Amino acid sequence: MTVPKNTQPKPQILITGAAGATAQRVIDRLRETCDLVAVDARIQVPLGDEIPSYCIDFNHRSFEDLFRRYQFDGVIHLGRIRSSQLTRMRRYNANVLGTQKLLDLSHKYGIKRIVVLSTFHVYGAMAYNPALIDESAPMKSAGLSADLIDSVELENLANLYLWRFPELNITILRPCNIVGPSVQNTMGRLLASHRAPVLAGFSPMMQFMHIDDMADAIVLAYNKPVRGIFNVASQDWVAYQRALELSGCKRIPVPSVPPVLPRLILRTLRLQSFPAYLMEFFKYPVVIDGQAFAKEFGFQPKRPLKEIFRFYRDNKRPL
Amino acid sequence: MSLASFLKARLIPAKLDEQINRIRKPIGSLGYDPWGFNNETFKYGFSLTKPIYEKYFRTESHGVEHVPAEGPVLIVGNHSGQLPIDGILVGYAIASREKNPRIPRAMIERFFPTVPWLGNLLNEVGAALGDPVNCARMLANNEAIIVFPEGVRGSGKLYRDRYKLQRFGNGFMHLAMKYNAAIVPVGIVGCEETIPAIANIKPLAKALGVPYAPVAMPLILPAKVHLNFGPPMYFEGGDISEEQVNERVEQVKAEVNRLINKGLTERKGLF
Repeated sequence: MTVPKNTQPKPQILITGAAGATAQRVIDRLRETCDLVAVDARIQVPLGDEIPSYCIDFNHRSFEDLFRRYQFDGVIHLGRIRSSQLTRMRRYNANVLGTQKLLDLSHKYGIKRIVVLSTFHVYGAMAYNPALIDESAPMKSAGLSADLIDSVELENLANLYLWRFPELNITILRPCNIVGPSVQNTMGRLLASHRAPVLAGFSPMMQFMHIDDMADAIVLAYNKPVRGIFNVASQDWVAYQRALELSGCKRIPVPSVPPVLPRLILRTLRLQSFPAYLMEFFKYPVVIDGQAFAKEFGFQPKRPLKEIFRFYRDNKRPL
Repeated sequence: MSLASFLKARLIPAKLDEQINRIRKPIGSLGYDPWGFNNETFKYGFSLTKPIYEKYFRTESHGVEHVPAEGPVLIVGNHSGQLPIDGILVGYAIASREKNPRIPRAMIERFFPTVPWLGNLLNEVGAALGDPVNCARMLANNEAIIVFPEGVRGSGKLYRDRYKLQRFGNGFMHLAMKYNAAIVPVGIVGCEETIPAIANIKPLAKALGVPYAPVAMPLILPAKVHLNFGPPMYFEGGDISEEQVNERVEQVKAEVNRLINKGLTERKGLF
């Protein structure tokens, strides 16, 4: 007896930034139900025979061949280069021009769903920030740090395409700090270290999202084609220095006044896990309101803060 | 025994610990709220304020029961005395009342978050940046908020202008109408005499980036403080002109003035 085949074709999805920890988890969640194609501008990621994986620069002409070869239904764009990586110019090329190319191709080849992963850094850290910033708040970070301009520009582009081409069904996600196993961003490195710098006298409120919860959020967002911009954060908060304490980090105070002093120290030390351009984020809070996303997509993070910090406390590595 | 547990055992008796824990607060799993309020730090703040409220300023509070037990409330008072001692005493009066204590929040000047240690400490005991968005979010959370509509015009005024209410901003009235919040007026008498200032060195204030630089004695005088809370005032929302909003603000101002005069009449001496 033969088992009748399911004739419903699986949706074909292009996932960018495939080498990243978040993308790996999104791929794990979607590989059974979707035909995936993984792309990363840095390395070719081995994902087994079922998932074609490519190392391509979005600005390269051969990138369009992927759209010709595969009939993509959707794109999950997780390939934003973080501000701690590459030079400003290369980041601009990858994040802004590369994203523009991706969106242009998506429009040309009739993509019906796009999820773009942005960051809460676009709001910018400053003393006058209110708490629970919602999605309509201005993106101030471009005026505060030249190193965050490409992140804001990426969002502006996605925004432009969101309204100009509604058929693309673009959803932009602005998550809080994504942390957890194998996360290599600034906050992940800090919490994983034995000793972490703090600005003396400043311990801003922060929000953390476990990487598995973030992957769940991205999959939820992809599966419900609601256009718009959404913060992604849990309804739980903790002060930065308390988070370090709970993660078993020894706090190393950096003099904080006058403001020029810590900037000078950080620029001299060039610590990847405590870069000078993110200094204000360790001084002033950027607390976002994730309720709109939670309500629209039925999202509820499953991993509490205590579990996140327990993981870091039990898995220490040098700074 | 660590220093932290020793201090906790000395400063926070079990009864107080339980009393603070019982008060409803919208906090997360680690005891913080989005504005930085921390339940544990608040207990220390409460414990340290008790002798200041009871012994140093010998505060007399009347009508604190007018603050509703729940729902959004704006506690509107006159601001004075260079430092926010008035806010601390009003907050303690409401948090320590026997029936239905609440932990009121205070809106602070934009200058404070930039000050190391102090900014965070104020946040942890319930203060938040004086931003309309913060105030609106807190009212939506059904919190009680202490507001001084005079702002630095009130706290930085000189001794010769004591108990003369300065111009009230209208922001609090707009928020009260939008969120159906009760306005509880409070007249504060005594704080003007805690740090009497005879002049304000404006160039120095500008150079330091602070709202004012008073010429005053470098100590806080133990003036006796009287707090008179008035009955809650309710203002219906709706689309009304700014002129009508001004009239409502003037009503609240008149009530605060009446409560100040009541306190001034009642007090028998400055100390």
